[in-house]
Amino acid sequence: MNLWKEFTKGLIAENPIFRLALSLCPALAVTSNVYNALGMGLTVMFVITCNNISVSTFRNVIHPKVRVPVYIISIATIVTVAMLVLEAFLPVLFKELGIYLSLVVVFAIILARAEVFAAKNKVIPAMVDGLGMGAGFTLGMVTIGGIREIIGNGSFFGYQLLGSWYHPPLIVILAPGGFIVIGFIIGAMNLSEKRKKEKMEKTAAAGGNI
Amino acid sequence: MTEYFLLFLSAAIVNNFVLSRYLGLCIFFGVSKNFHASSSMGLAIISIITMSSMLTWVIEHFILQPLGLYFLRMIVFVVVIAVFVQLLEMVIKKFMPTLYNIWGIYLLLVATNCVILGVPIINSEEHFTFLKSTVNALGSGTGFAIALILFASLREKLQFSDVPKSLEGLGIAFILAGMLALAFQGFSGMIPL
Repeated sequence: MNLWKEFTKGLIAENPIFRLALSLCPALAVTSNVYNALGMGLTVMFVITCNNISVSTFRNVIHPKVRVPVYIISIATIVTVAMLVLEAFLPVLFKELGIYLSLVVVFAIILARAEVFAAKNKVIPAMVDGLGMGAGFTLGMVTIGGIREIIGNGSFFGYQLLGSWYHPPLIVILAPGGFIVIGFIIGAMNLSEKRKKEKMEKTAAAGGNI
Repeated sequence: MTEYFLLFLSAAIVNNFVLSRYLGLCIFFGVSKNFHASSSMGLAIISIITMSSMLTWVIEHFILQPLGLYFLRMIVFVVVIAVFVQLLEMVIKKFMPTLYNIWGIYLLLVATNCVILGVPIINSEEHFTFLKSTVNALGSGTGFAIALILFASLREKLQFSDVPKSLEGLGIAFILAGMLALAFQGFSGMIPL
């Protein structure tokens, strides 16, 4: 069925970080290494999926005028659950993520998926949409985290990749580096999109000649 | 007195909300396209941040803690701030229409935003007193406004410069923000906390 399509659209075509430019705060804040980026990504994936399920289940009961407060309360409850679980089982990660974990509540992407997709669809597609968007978010986070950790620390997931000859520019894992790395990633994505478009136009023109 | 001044300075400049804590980026990139919008936004942020952090302090210390409901603070804070901002908007619309015309629309934009929610959470995690959390909120808001206005002025200049095609728009804005953050990095370590 179309479920696979619902899942994969979140990965590249509607990637929350690079395409929709939503929820950038965590994309900068916790991506100084891959481990934190992955932890944050999975947490957000959990929250989006659960919230999509709950919004979609109650979509016929919620009055349209009060829908946004209801969504926010639902998100806040799920985030509180996620925080308590992380604090109990992964205390180190909980400490590293710190305030950004509580701020998952106000991530635009979660509210946006509830409003755009979950409120209009059945439970199973809504769940798959949440999983896909969460996976896309995680992918984006791990990409940025990987680039920053390799350049800024010479390691990947804690394993030293580059030898001692490499003197990492520390600035990449500090605040300014995050902005600059994201800027270049957005530039690269624009460039690749432009190339693709040109190619398609060329083949279209060639097809017209025949 | 010095303690409060240092706290203000630390919140406003050294630990600047946008440039070293990366909060409020949606607004930072969204409204910084022109100078007037960004200065009204800065004002709206300073006032709401201060009032909502006072409100949440009172709620936390007089309702949540006596009842042992500390773990519910996220839910309560989000709802209280959203309701408060809505009420404020209505009151201003009714009694101060001129003021409403200047920054009315920005009020609703910031209702659920990471900066506004972030300050009460920091206050509650650091166990600040009432006065300290107010000063912290005032400082954070001022810091956000400073960063926003600086960035808006830089972006106005950027319109006349020749940027590589694929970096136009958001790309170059991020790199510019990185440069600004680099400048603010110079303040780090200025205040030992």
